[in-house]
Amino acid sequence: MNPGSKALAEFVAEATEILDALGKDLLVLDERRGQEADPDLVNGIFRAAHSLKGLSGLFGQERISRLAHGTEELLDRLRLGKLRLDDTALDSLIEALDAFQALLAEAARGAESEPLTRRVEEMTARLAQLGSPPASAEEDPLDRLELDPQVRSVFTEYEEHRLRENVRRGVSLWRVRAAFDLSDFDKGLAELNARLKPLGEVISTLPSARPGGAHGIAFDLIFGAQTTTEQLEAGLQGTPAELSPLVVQPATHAAAQALVRAAEPVTAAALTRVDSPAAPAKKGGKKKGGRAASASTAAPAQQPLLPASTEGGESTSDGAVAPGDALVPVSASGLQASGGTPVTYLPGTGVAQRVRTVVTEAPGTSTVVASPVRPDGDTSLRSLTQTVRVDIGKLDGLINMVGELLLIKANLQRLAESARQDGAVALSKLFGQELARETRGLERKLEALQEGLLEARMVPVGQVFDKLARLVRRIAREAGKEIEFVIGGGEVELDKLIVEELSDPLMHLIRNAIDHGVESPEARLAAGKPRRAVVALRAEQKGNHVVIEVSDDGAGIDEQRVREVALTRGLITFAQAQEMSRRELLNLIFLPGFSTARSVSELSGRGVGLDVVKNNLGNLSGIIDVWSERGKGTAFHLTLPVTLAIIRALVVGVSGRTYAVPLNSVLEILSVQPRDIRTVERREVLDLRGQTLPFMRLARMFALPERPVNRYFVVVVGLAQERLGIAVDELHGQQDIVTKPLGGRLQSIRGISGATDLGNRRTVLVLDVAALLEEGMALERRRA
Amino acid sequence: MRVKVLIVEDSKASREYIAAMVEGVEGIEAVVTSSGFEALKLLPRHRFELIITDINMPDINGLELINFVKKNPNYRDVPLFIITTEGREQDRDRGLALGAAEYLVKPFEPGSLEELLRRYLKLP
Repeated sequence: MNPGSKALAEFVAEATEILDALGKDLLVLDERRGQEADPDLVNGIFRAAHSLKGLSGLFGQERISRLAHGTEELLDRLRLGKLRLDDTALDSLIEALDAFQALLAEAARGAESEPLTRRVEEMTARLAQLGSPPASAEEDPLDRLELDPQVRSVFTEYEEHRLRENVRRGVSLWRVRAAFDLSDFDKGLAELNARLKPLGEVISTLPSARPGGAHGIAFDLIFGAQTTTEQLEAGLQGTPAELSPLVVQPATHAAAQALVRAAEPVTAAALTRVDSPAAPAKKGGKKKGGRAASASTAAPAQQPLLPASTEGGESTSDGAVAPGDALVPVSASGLQASGGTPVTYLPGTGVAQRVRTVVTEAPGTSTVVASPVRPDGDTSLRSLTQTVRVDIGKLDGLINMVGELLLIKANLQRLAESARQDGAVALSKLFGQELARETRGLERKLEALQEGLLEARMVPVGQVFDKLARLVRRIAREAGKEIEFVIGGGEVELDKLIVEELSDPLMHLIRNAIDHGVESPEARLAAGKPRRAVVALRAEQKGNHVVIEVSDDGAGIDEQRVREVALTRGLITFAQAQEMSRRELLNLIFLPGFSTARSVSELSGRGVGLDVVKNNLGNLSGIIDVWSERGKGTAFHLTLPVTLAIIRALVVGVSGRTYAVPLNSVLEILSVQPRDIRTVERREVLDLRGQTLPFMRLARMFALPERPVNRYFVVVVGLAQERLGIAVDELHGQQDIVTKPLGGRLQSIRGISGATDLGNRRTVLVLDVAALLEEGMALERRRA
Repeated sequence: MRVKVLIVEDSKASREYIAAMVEGVEGIEAVVTSSGFEALKLLPRHRFELIITDINMPDINGLELINFVKKNPNYRDVPLFIITTEGREQDRDRGLALGAAEYLVKPFEPGSLEELLRRYLKLP
């Protein structure tokens, strides 16, 4: 295969997907630091690193491959229990993820920078040296599990390790057998897995080599149950699953002692209970006979014995799982074992010498012992490819095409209209009607196409939230703050381009919140607040806009300090400062030149490049607003359009020129007489249902000759809390537009976001509502 | 008539890379799938002359697939290649013990796979 640009694009796309999945899983691990890691999660991360290594190797991406190799090795040791997942290991993994992202970005550009190469080499070396293996137990617990060596031979090293862990913990092990139709067994299995997952760990799924009928296939799932037998049976009600316990020999006394030391208190207690009755009878019997004898003396006295059923032999005869007498299928009603009591089963054939003990957990303790923590009973089988990736370049091409189709439609419509009205003969009138009908059809199809395309561009804003969450911990640590990071509304969707562009501004705001908004733990305690500060990131859809809130429960902004700083820096005059409301004062922090590094710490730190944040958002046709209360906290609200691609616009005329106003920010249109316009504090305003509405003449704004009119149309636009009435002369109707950016020196014109073609070969300018809202206020202020 | 080779590999890019290599050999048609489950479904529907499988996959692992194929009278003679990565010797050894014919260590040269394909499929 020729590793051309197409192959590279494919590589980047798949690697990105892998890294996204990896990042998500790491985040979960990060959030649950200190708890025992979910083995599925660690294995998922291992698999991601493994895939990345294979992938980058195939595509000759050496640096990524090397680092992936180091990461995979580390994860392998972690998932095989050879290394503990401590803070150092987790931090290294998070660091590696950052490096992968940087590497991938370079790979996509075809670049290879020296500092990054060095960083990768250094990191790889560090990963290799990380941690020392924990002391290994003298006895392999797997030896205690009676399992056909044949079955064991199809386990991967990892599956074997998981099985070993489950035996070590004294979890009851089951073989769950189920037969399905060959055509849809994966659905059946997925359902079975979904039922099993909340109850424990599916260690391995073994397809039975013996065909289950002509069109059937049977599977054996090796399952470690974290619940009582009843719960397991209840959980499997209505499924074709058949349960058989796997038999585990009790640990030898010495091994049990080691376990008591190694395992968590609850598990240890459970194991001790099993072991203690046996201990006085006989110690140290390493071989089956001795141990079995001791168990059998103790077992009848304490635990209910279960008569073996006779279906045992046949279901194990195909060789997939066939330790004959070791497996005793249990019919759904056959088990009387009460939770918390170790249950002893007597197999059908082996009689008294072959008593085996299966330890079940006490019901009340299962949540403590259970290592996998599954917060929401997530049932889906995790897949690496949850999202469909579409090359943004291709999409843009399509979007442009739609824009052109829309132009054709507009032309057609015009033709049809003129043919229908001016047609001298009946035929041409008919022709016009036909044309009009076609146009309607075309329009409907185009709308559907447009909608579909726009949808394809939409991605959940959670993608960027997750990335941010990873950084929060690090920033908090650097700043010596204790932070609880709360995320909400990650499912809200936004245009891909907007989501991509959001990460920098959001990062900035979050960093500010942690560095300066939030007080130190000591200061918080002194102020009667909890030690841990809350920094929240939430998204919410509001009509055609999405509002993202970055908030903290820190000290809030001191508006008097803002005022002083703004005065000192000459950003406002004393007279202006006198007039300003608290909200206006707070908004000064967005002015360029307001913040310097020095002012930051003085001002409970707001203002680090907030003008940059504001500009970034402005480029996305969004606006930013701040709320703050002393002692309570600060919140920034970012209001963004859902998409920038195709928008519906209101076409207006001013002084003989035509402009387009994005309809998503138009709230209403009023018709007003010149006498309705009042001047309050030297600003022109309108009264709108008892509220004062700032008013702006578009002609004045663009320095066009103003024509005397006896009525204005006022287009009321709004974003977030801001409202502005824009006076225009004429309204021409609505149209879909594709905004093209203006090039060169036209780019910096305030109030214009771009240009668009209206279809009748006329190019008009598109108003930048966010900028106008600001400009309106600023203009009035300057005039004052 | 081209002979069919089944490729089971969950990484899309790897899968397509291997498929491209396999299809590059004249006389072979590659059938690809991303999961062991899909492979189980495909087996009765096609007559595969050779199977190439990854070991670490999300649903059933490659070893289980090998075991299934080798235990089943309908497929037991189909040669199996496993794709492994460096460092997974235990998995590789188990695959070979279960009856896999050859193993390939990623990343591998197109030439080595082509040679093996020709040998096992008895292509000129």
